Amino acid sequence: MAATAPSTTAAAADAAPPRQTYRKHSKLNRPNPLWGVAAWAVGLLFATPALWMVLTSLHREVDAATNPPSLLAPLTLDGYRSFFGSSNAWPALINSATASVVSTLLVLALSIPAAYALSIRPVKRWSDVLFFLLSTRFLPIVAAVLPLYLFAVTTGALDQIGLLIALYTAMNLPIAVWMMRSFLAEVPVEMLEAAQLDGAGLIRTLRSVVAPVAMPGIAATALICFIFSWQELLLARSLTGVVAGTAPVFLTSFVTSQGLFLAQVCAAATVVSLPVLIAGFAAQDKLVQGLSLGAVK
Amino acid sequence: MSVSETTPQQRTVLAEPPPQQQRAASRKAGWVRRAPLVPALVFIVVMTQLPFATTIVISFISWNALRPDERGFAGFSNYAQVFTDANLRSSVVTTIVLTVVVVGVSLVLGLLIALLLDRQFFGRGAVRTLMIAPFLVVPVAAALLWKHAILNPSYGLVNGVLTWVWGLFGSSSPPQVAWLTQYPLISIELALIWQWTPFMMLILLAGLQSRPADAFEAAKMDGASPFQAFRYITLPHLRRYIDLGATLGAIFIVQNFDAVFTMTSGALGTANLPYTIYQTFFVRQDYGLAAAQGVIVVIGTIVVATFALRSASSLLKEDS
Amino acid sequence: MTARRRAPLALAALSTVALASTACGGAGGGGGGGGGGSTDGTADSISVIMVNNPQMEDLQQLTAEHFTEETGIEVQFTVQPENDVRALIAQDFSQQAAQYDVATISNYEVPFFSENSWLAPLSDYAEQDADFAQDDILEPISAGLTGSDGEIYAEPFYGESSFLMYRTDLFEQAGLTMPEQPTWQEVADLAAQIDDPNGTRGICLRGLPGWGQVFAPLTTVVNTFGGTWFDADWNAQVNSPEFVEATQFYVDLVQQHGEAGAAQAGFTECLNAMTQGGTAMWYDATSAAGSLEAEGSPVAGSIGYAPAPVVETESAGWIYSWAWGIQAASEKQDAAWEFISWASSQEYEELVGAEIGWSSVPAGKRASTYENEEYLEVAGAFAEATEAAISSANPNDPGVQPRPAPGIQFVAIPEFADLATTISQDISSNIAGQGTVQESLDRGQEAAQAVADNYK
Repeated sequence: MAATAPSTTAAAADAAPPRQTYRKHSKLNRPNPLWGVAAWAVGLLFATPALWMVLTSLHREVDAATNPPSLLAPLTLDGYRSFFGSSNAWPALINSATASVVSTLLVLALSIPAAYALSIRPVKRWSDVLFFLLSTRFLPIVAAVLPLYLFAVTTGALDQIGLLIALYTAMNLPIAVWMMRSFLAEVPVEMLEAAQLDGAGLIRTLRSVVAPVAMPGIAATALICFIFSWQELLLARSLTGVVAGTAPVFLTSFVTSQGLFLAQVCAAATVVSLPVLIAGFAAQDKLVQGLSLGAVK
Repeated sequence: MSVSETTPQQRTVLAEPPPQQQRAASRKAGWVRRAPLVPALVFIVVMTQLPFATTIVISFISWNALRPDERGFAGFSNYAQVFTDANLRSSVVTTIVLTVVVVGVSLVLGLLIALLLDRQFFGRGAVRTLMIAPFLVVPVAAALLWKHAILNPSYGLVNGVLTWVWGLFGSSSPPQVAWLTQYPLISIELALIWQWTPFMMLILLAGLQSRPADAFEAAKMDGASPFQAFRYITLPHLRRYIDLGATLGAIFIVQNFDAVFTMTSGALGTANLPYTIYQTFFVRQDYGLAAAQGVIVVIGTIVVATFALRSASSLLKEDS
Repeated sequence: MTARRRAPLALAALSTVALASTACGGAGGGGGGGGGGSTDGTADSISVIMVNNPQMEDLQQLTAEHFTEETGIEVQFTVQPENDVRALIAQDFSQQAAQYDVATISNYEVPFFSENSWLAPLSDYAEQDADFAQDDILEPISAGLTGSDGEIYAEPFYGESSFLMYRTDLFEQAGLTMPEQPTWQEVADLAAQIDDPNGTRGICLRGLPGWGQVFAPLTTVVNTFGGTWFDADWNAQVNSPEFVEATQFYVDLVQQHGEAGAAQAGFTECLNAMTQGGTAMWYDATSAAGSLEAEGSPVAGSIGYAPAPVVETESAGWIYSWAWGIQAASEKQDAAWEFISWASSQEYEELVGAEIGWSSVPAGKRASTYENEEYLEVAGAFAEATEAAISSANPNDPGVQPRPAPGIQFVAIPEFADLATTISQDISSNIAGQGTVQESLDRGQEAAQAVADNYK
């Protein structure tokens, strides 16, 4: 860290001793089996609704809607069959994937240079810029839906996946810049200087000095942007229809009036959540870094 | 302001140019520095500020899409309507209650669970994975799940479990609660707390694990009780993580649309601001009024955000 | 701490940009998706948005295999619950955005949609399409789908009125009989007698907010109690004694002997309750009978049908038809008509009869349906009651006083949807036990008068 910023005096005391993580709990905190039991109980309690969703999705409709619940009813894939039986299911999933992946790539392309200009070679008043960016995330999206809709109708951008991609990029960009900045702030400036004195070009400097520090940050940023884009409903619902409808929009159409539908809804909810669940489970540490805007390394 | 002006100079790594070219060079250098920032800034301004500017313009037009022949300049009449609209006022209250309750309860629960998961026990990773699941379920899926599979009065899981438990004791008339109609706002809060507690927990857990171990151990050596250690060492350390969780949580909960839309369609006093504006725009099709509502909400948000952003500023303190 | 001073500063930046950003206006011209191209697919593909009722789901199933097979026209369906689908349709049609070529509209929308030129006129199409047999459409239904200029603007998919459905087996067990033409007081008494708070409830009535949800049955109750939304001179009558009495009656009945969670129960929930034996009576759309009598329904064969209960009027049933309208801005009107002409045809009814079952036929729109032996064989239990209900409905004079606009369970003006939806949220709360009916309707009166003033 460049120990130059004047405001670090207070933090310096905090940070002066090299940060020791607290993972190795010493004799002071001997494992007590009771805590483990409590933790498992809480964990299971929180997971129950999600597990219930998956279990219900595997039941027949008649077994899904019983009181008291039938835990041990025979399993079936009917709910999933009927989900994928709808001709709109795959297009919706593909639209969601397109919007999430492309907007995530765009966010990275825009946020990495921006973060560079806010940390490694900071512009003047970089912190004001940073706050301006975050403040845009506070603005209620719903207040922008009306002009966006009118814009889309006039230009023919309505129901185009491109419009969603652009909006998701704007939605995630502020948070991405915050995250990337705090990762790039960790890049050792002395090493940058050394590389430049050696006559290394910009590209080489980036690759050998910046990249190793930044890569985990990029992964975390990408994960968060992907999750938020995948989960978005309001914009997708207002600005897409037949062609570009995403998976969450498709999900809202799943409550039918045709008698029992619980297993079907649960199957649909499970399928739609699955990509995010897998991504989040697989990269838990990145998730934490991402959610904390990179404040947690 | 002083921070922002001194810091960049001190991080300069450019070689010093000869004095006579210095001014021109430094201007050029300034632009070289700014260049990487420009695309992101231009993009964000175009995508976020421009629509709001349009909203302001529309808010002065009398424009109901269902009566296309009567469009015209409205002056402040849309705003007059906003301020006399009881529905909008009650949705302001709903939004505040919803945000405060969800963020507050999620933070407290998240802190307790984080403290629990900070201990060593068998299968800690597995429990953390279980805990994360609610946050990853797509919000509209979660809302559907809570509405139909968990809180449904006749076959939802909660009433089902009540029937089952009462059945164990031989009772045939268990309490059956119509959650969404008797406790509509609480039901929505419950579903949101379920989704946001894991979020808070993850941030706070990371905070706990970055505690400087020596201060903590020293305190214990000095005979501080576990509570004192928590109160005077852990909590101050966690402060910025709590701020962070509250700020991010507030950003998302204030804007929540999915849960209200799906679970109650804004009925029974659960309509929050995003839903009310959505309703004005989509159902009432009163574009002028919807725009005026939007402008008022943006202004309100700016005021509220002043406080939230101030707390976010503690995030910069440490790493700048 | 300098950091503390920064936030307000950033906000100043935010607010200046947000509130005075006309200066930036020039920069943004090119923003947004790069879509110069139109949203249209190929010429032989149309997009249809419809409500997710069972009849529409059958249609969705049958379209690819039959309609597309025969004509080569692909149909893309968007299906949403009723309140949502209306919002989406009104949105798309009012902007003539043409995301959807065809939409399920109704006799509520046709008068003002056609007035605003949002719908393509269909008279010429119907005339030239001899197989379609426009004359076969029931008069009360087609009248509601004709604009003030005499043009036909929509073709019915199915028509409905409302009637009272009740479980004959349960009535027999309890030794009760349903009068030939019940009054609401009689229905309330029957509900009280047959109600089992821990099992089968007395009656199911919609409580879900929405003008097309709780206010559809409720407005018919108001009509027959002698109330009305507006009098002939556009004076709002929402907190008139008759309106209040009717609403109070409805709320009391559903609270005391109605389904659990009534404030969130709509057509779907009541259909479930009736099918699962959760309720002994149900006052709702005649089209529900098809689902109740369908093969595999546990209550098939044990349902009786009585006309809509009355108080001061001779009949009280509503009239409604889900109908296909073509967006004026659609570029595929010919293909769209082909679809409509198939979906609204007699041939389609026969197809449903053969493939899915005669009780599922989208009925209530064609005279020929009620002469079809095969249909009557299966639907005999409710066919006659349905036809009688539809033909006894009079949308121009549904109450005890003259009205300023047509409609039985609604007032056919564009503001009604939002007006009634807003009030319905309060009524829903009343059903859930919050607030009083009088308060809700006093608030409603103010809103209704504000709407009526536009017409004075």
